[in-house]
Amino acid sequence: MTTWETLLTIGGLALLTLLTRGFFLIPDREMPIPEWLQRGLRYAPLAALAAIVTPEVVLTQGQWIGTWHDARLFAVAAGTAYFCWRRSILGTIVSGTAVMLALRLGPGW
Amino acid sequence: MSESTLIAPSLWRHPEFRRGAREMVGISLGIAAWGLVTGVAMAKSGMGVPMALFMALSVFSGSAQLASLPLIMAGAPIWVVWATASCVNLRFVIFSAMWRPYFGHLPRGRRLALAYFTADLNYVTFMKRFPEPRPAPEQMPYFLGGVVTNWLFWQVPSVTGILLGDAVPTQWGIGFAGTIALLGLIYSMLNGRGTALAAAVAGAASVLAYALPFKLNILVAIAAAVGVGLMIDHAAPWVVKPVEDRT
Repeated sequence: MTTWETLLTIGGLALLTLLTRGFFLIPDREMPIPEWLQRGLRYAPLAALAAIVTPEVVLTQGQWIGTWHDARLFAVAAGTAYFCWRRSILGTIVSGTAVMLALRLGPGW
Repeated sequence: MSESTLIAPSLWRHPEFRRGAREMVGISLGIAAWGLVTGVAMAKSGMGVPMALFMALSVFSGSAQLASLPLIMAGAPIWVVWATASCVNLRFVIFSAMWRPYFGHLPRGRRLALAYFTADLNYVTFMKRFPEPRPAPEQMPYFLGGVVTNWLFWQVPSVTGILLGDAVPTQWGIGFAGTIALLGLIYSMLNGRGTALAAAVAGAASVLAYALPFKLNILVAIAAAVGVGLMIDHAAPWVVKPVEDRT
């Protein structure tokens, strides 16, 4: 992306923050929540996040990582184990990042 | 920020302002860590410090920022970035309907200004404090105390993360902390078999369709997961929950 395209993208994202957080506060009269929105809401945000995260973990330059000597796999395993244990997002971030840094700076994976 | 102009001294000095701020400080460690990681991920995305600062201060939505970064860096078309961020932000659309009984009587400009600053945890604390959905005079100072505190506990670590992240060598791969943060968010949203299956379908479809141009694999994966989810959905009662860090 060029600088201008990035600026436009970010400006649009800021507008999206405003539009989504304010969605049902925009009209002056109260609106019922449509059923398709309630149903879609059950899956769409989760799907978007899983679609972003999975390739970031298992692909390198669009190819399968092909080796288990990859710090990302152990970071994800550590974060997952922590979440199963304590149900904490903060602990997931801290444990996953700590394992990743240890493997990157130690064996250089 | 425009926030300070929203707050008259009578609101600022109100005891409920302090209460709203205090109840947010209690859960701010998670917000601060999340903000720091988001800042570092933005710095490591290669967009540069000024652009990252602009993004942090304008977008003010951690999950949408983290989800957008890989797309922006891969040069995805702008509409794909916006469509993805809209999906990630859908929960706020439902929360906005929940704010309506409290703020519906205010002028539209003010409603939207308040809405912009309402993050997940503001929703959690406010609805706990005021479960009755009708306006009351102590709501505004409580609300403002909460959003000002949340804004500070988010933006200060976020800007710190941008500046620190810029100083950390790229080979440390610290930007991946942002991906781990999203992973934690995914786990916190899993709620029974249907959601777990939808997440698995989205992840698999995104990898299988990765060769598609323009990062369309993301939208293909969302469509596939929502389709599968609706097929297995037996119209069970469903309550939208905010992202809650039980740290």
